[in-house]
Amino acid sequence: MAERHQIDARGSYCPGPLMELIARIKQAGIGDELEVLSTDKGSANDIPEWVKKVGHEMVDSFQADGVWHVVIRKTK
Amino acid sequence: MKILIVGGGMGGTILANNLARRLKHELKQGKAQITMLSASERHMYQPGLLYVSIGRMATDALYREQTSLLEPEIEFHVDPVTTFTLDQNQVTTQSGKTYGYDMLVIATGSRAMPETIPGLAENSVNCYTEANAVEMWRQVREFQGGTVTIAVGVPHKCPMIPLEVTFVLHDYFKERGILDKVKFQYTYPIGRIHSLAPVGEWAKGEFDRLGIQYETLFNMKEVDGANKVVHSEEGTQSHYDLLVAVPPHKGMAVIEENGLGQSGWIPTDRHSLKMEGRDNVYVLGDTTNLPISKAGSTAHFEAEALAENLAAIVKLGEPVRDYDGKVFCFIEAGSDRATYAMFNYNQPPAPRAPNRAVHWFKMAYNQLYWASARGLL
Repeated sequence: MAERHQIDARGSYCPGPLMELIARIKQAGIGDELEVLSTDKGSANDIPEWVKKVGHEMVDSFQADGVWHVVIRKTK
Repeated sequence: MKILIVGGGMGGTILANNLARRLKHELKQGKAQITMLSASERHMYQPGLLYVSIGRMATDALYREQTSLLEPEIEFHVDPVTTFTLDQNQVTTQSGKTYGYDMLVIATGSRAMPETIPGLAENSVNCYTEANAVEMWRQVREFQGGTVTIAVGVPHKCPMIPLEVTFVLHDYFKERGILDKVKFQYTYPIGRIHSLAPVGEWAKGEFDRLGIQYETLFNMKEVDGANKVVHSEEGTQSHYDLLVAVPPHKGMAVIEENGLGQSGWIPTDRHSLKMEGRDNVYVLGDTTNLPISKAGSTAHFEAEALAENLAAIVKLGEPVRDYDGKVFCFIEAGSDRATYAMFNYNQPPAPRAPNRAVHWFKMAYNQLYWASARGLL
């Protein structure tokens, strides 16, 4: 059954939220959703760009209380 | 108060020494006790491996006896932990002994895992163990020209290594007089050439100036050794004649085997450095799951904050400060130039143009490290 994982990358400059997502997605199952929390506004662009290139699915992206929430689904 | 430190790397060693000095009187009076359990009797200066891999440092310069670095009041055993029984405040070691504690610090570190990507271990070089750095130096000095591809796994220790290894190899081949026969193909997992945007911007200018080609959004999927090609998760490929890898890393097997954290990373509170769900277990350095650099510098600053807190708990019953995410990284930008990045959870880095003075300070730090490990710097 698909699960939802949260990756708290707030305050991450190095290695960065997208690197955290790439590291964690390998451990997730196909169909799982991963929600990245980031205070780096670049993540709202970086993550969808990578998701599109590698072929996963964007689910949601929004900002709340200064934190970006970017949700993707692992498709392969 | 029994404080047990598991791991004798940068974080564990600085913590133990800093604590021993802060708790000098308590240790003398028998009110506190510090014990360190390590897997090795020698302490390795891991950043030195980069220099070994280009023939600039001898392997024996990487090591000191661990006991020579520790304050005499610290009880030290080469006896790695095999079982953590956190509910009973004890660990069991390889020799079969059991150690109890009031406060436990886990600082077991991480390891490069090239074998997690098909074909990578057999077809690449890296500078993450002594044997691998020596082999890298052999292949680098025998290299007569062709494409040097740098391929980067995630997560990895020391975020500056992909850039540093590229710059130092560039200058090495230049000094050998064969740079015109060498093409550099740098690849990186995200959409710029370094995870820190200001560092990536600076490095891009350097790459353009030096003629180093790069491909971003490139995550290694497998290496085809027969055809000398690295395939990416994103569907592209890169040919190589010499493949220099920054392999993906995992925490130590004992962490995963004891169910303390997936892939060997222990869920850790970013400010208190407590293991999530535990009041008397702390985590240091690479072993944490924190979204910050896996580097000796991170372990260093975490250890300083934690030493202050653990000493305060012994003396006052309460911690006195938070870890703020501080990291300081040198960045070698060639054979005679370097810069640095300093940042924390709230302040991004602003690296300056590299110069010779920072390079020579880094050279000096290669020796000062031993004072740093002793908790003096």
